[in-house]
Amino acid sequence: MQATNLTGQPIESSTVLYRAKGRGSSILRVITSNPKISIGLGVVALFVLVALGAPLLTPYDPNASVVRGSLPPSFAHIFGTTGLGQDMFAQIVYGARVSLGIGFFAAIGSTVLQVFFGLTSAYFGGFVDDVLSLIINVFLVLPGLPLAIVLASLASSADAANKNVVLALVLLFTSWSYGARVLRAQTLSLREREFVAAARTTGETPLRIIFAEILPNEIALVASTFIGTFVYAVGAEVALEFLGLGDTSKASWGEILFWAQNNTALITGKWWQFVPAGLCVAILCAGLAFINFGIDELANPRLRAERPQHGRLLSGKKKDEKENR
Amino acid sequence: MRYLLRRMGFYLVALWAAVTFNFIIPRLMPGNPALAYLAKIHAQNVTTAQYLAMQQEFGVDPNVPIWKQYFDYVNALLHGQLGISISQFPSQVSTILSQSLPWTIGLVGTAVFLSFLIGTLIGMLIAWRRGSWYDTAVPPILTFLSAVPYFWMALALIYVFGVNLNWFPTDSGYDVFSVSPGWNTDFIGSVAQHAFLPVITLVIGTLAGWVLTMRNSMITTLSEDYVLMAQAKGLPERRVMFNYAARNAILPSVTSFSISLGLVVSGSLLTEIVFNYPGIGFALYNAVQGDDYPLVEGCFLVIALAVLSANFLSELVYTFLDPRVRQGRS
Repeated sequence: MQATNLTGQPIESSTVLYRAKGRGSSILRVITSNPKISIGLGVVALFVLVALGAPLLTPYDPNASVVRGSLPPSFAHIFGTTGLGQDMFAQIVYGARVSLGIGFFAAIGSTVLQVFFGLTSAYFGGFVDDVLSLIINVFLVLPGLPLAIVLASLASSADAANKNVVLALVLLFTSWSYGARVLRAQTLSLREREFVAAARTTGETPLRIIFAEILPNEIALVASTFIGTFVYAVGAEVALEFLGLGDTSKASWGEILFWAQNNTALITGKWWQFVPAGLCVAILCAGLAFINFGIDELANPRLRAERPQHGRLLSGKKKDEKENR
Repeated sequence: MRYLLRRMGFYLVALWAAVTFNFIIPRLMPGNPALAYLAKIHAQNVTTAQYLAMQQEFGVDPNVPIWKQYFDYVNALLHGQLGISISQFPSQVSTILSQSLPWTIGLVGTAVFLSFLIGTLIGMLIAWRRGSWYDTAVPPILTFLSAVPYFWMALALIYVFGVNLNWFPTDSGYDVFSVSPGWNTDFIGSVAQHAFLPVITLVIGTLAGWVLTMRNSMITTLSEDYVLMAQAKGLPERRVMFNYAARNAILPSVTSFSISLGLVVSGSLLTEIVFNYPGIGFALYNAVQGDDYPLVEGCFLVIALAVLSANFLSELVYTFLDPRVRQGRS
């Protein structure tokens, strides 16, 4: 189960290639020519590989106490050990499975909701749009993380059996609104294009027009909101686990921090118990954010910082205008 | 005016949705607050009558139809009654919340103000000097910093400045042992000292958003003809930057203000928890730890109310800044 969802990150880019059919090689060139996208994809791919190859990377069981507790980093345990004597490196690499898995499931589910709400509300307009965009906007203004905390705390006390599934559902439920609004705005403009009018004239069903005609034309935007949701989901998941709302028996990045905080690792100077997990979250999320900035630059050439412009705008301005025309 | 009334209507609907979530969610879950309280105090030999009385007290009497419960719940809310806390029995939830709210508002308000000011200025400057080394270096660094989880940034700051260097206090909202709350310099100084690290945590976490929004919008504005015209007239560079470009580029930042506010509030919850800062976030954390449903719900409701009102205020500002919105043409 973990394996299939974790390979999904590279698939995301290959779907884009598939959509473009003949232009595949040129899109690949664009992706590799934009340094932000290549760095971001590299970082994400690294984490996916680490999560998949966890048993190859460490001989230790992440949940078993192997030695004395709270040993500082050494050659045998490169990230040290936890308070219970578990190998920290094993916890990090196995924890990547849980953290990436929950984040990925939440982001996929959330993206499905975003596409459904965003596209249907914009395509149909009128009363349907009024109702759906009211729902979108209400979820948009309600603070997400507090709502997630309320949901998770109520749900986790009720059903302790599968907390990770509960966590993914909570994150899904609280994260879809922003992307839905972005997609709705884009669909509003696409709806007026000729190919949509043509499809309507040939008698295609609304369902087909929305998902087979309009959706492929904004797949880059869907990818970008998917990544944005992924960033939110990973961050919020780690936060909820840090608050003790996750499955405290399994290793994951949030749980590592939860136990580090509970064992007062901070005050006693055991920095290795909280530095690696936090850095992993930060590097992964920064990598994802980089992919998004890259997509932004591809979509909006004005943002590219290709050649430096010295001092006065007046001289740089002309170059810009040539580029745009 | 009609526009504002419509927006006000929308926020009332959003508030109603928050209240209704609060009502429905606990009732969908197995168990109820009365059971949770009994488990909390390790009660034994509770008679059926006592249990029923308890359910009535928490507003979950099974003999009362669900619509009546809902009506009673909304009615109680309108009278400012949020129920009784379980973990701090028998305090009213509203009392606990009114003690914590000022701390959170102070923390979030200061952080948002500083972050907006600094971030927008940096964004403006790096867009103006686009392509220079700091335009290339600053955004990636800020992106990395904003990807760091809030609570982890807080932990790192505590470790470096609190534990190792011992420059700042890392616990509570003021020095509870040596100063007493009131309008005196000792207390205010102590509050400022205690708020320093939490505010820095929030500012670091939110800075990147402001910088990037402002940079991207400023770059678009800089290619407008009136900026070129201003330069051609030979106006001082600073005047073109502030009065011509930045002034028009700032609108998207004001729009994203409302969305970012929800994120700052979320961040402040986690920051408060790490710093044991006596705000709503800390109250929410304690409520979650103690299975205190009434307090959890009360916290959520207050946070939702605060975020919604702040959103409405930012829309008022936006209407004031952008005449197109007033005309309803946007």
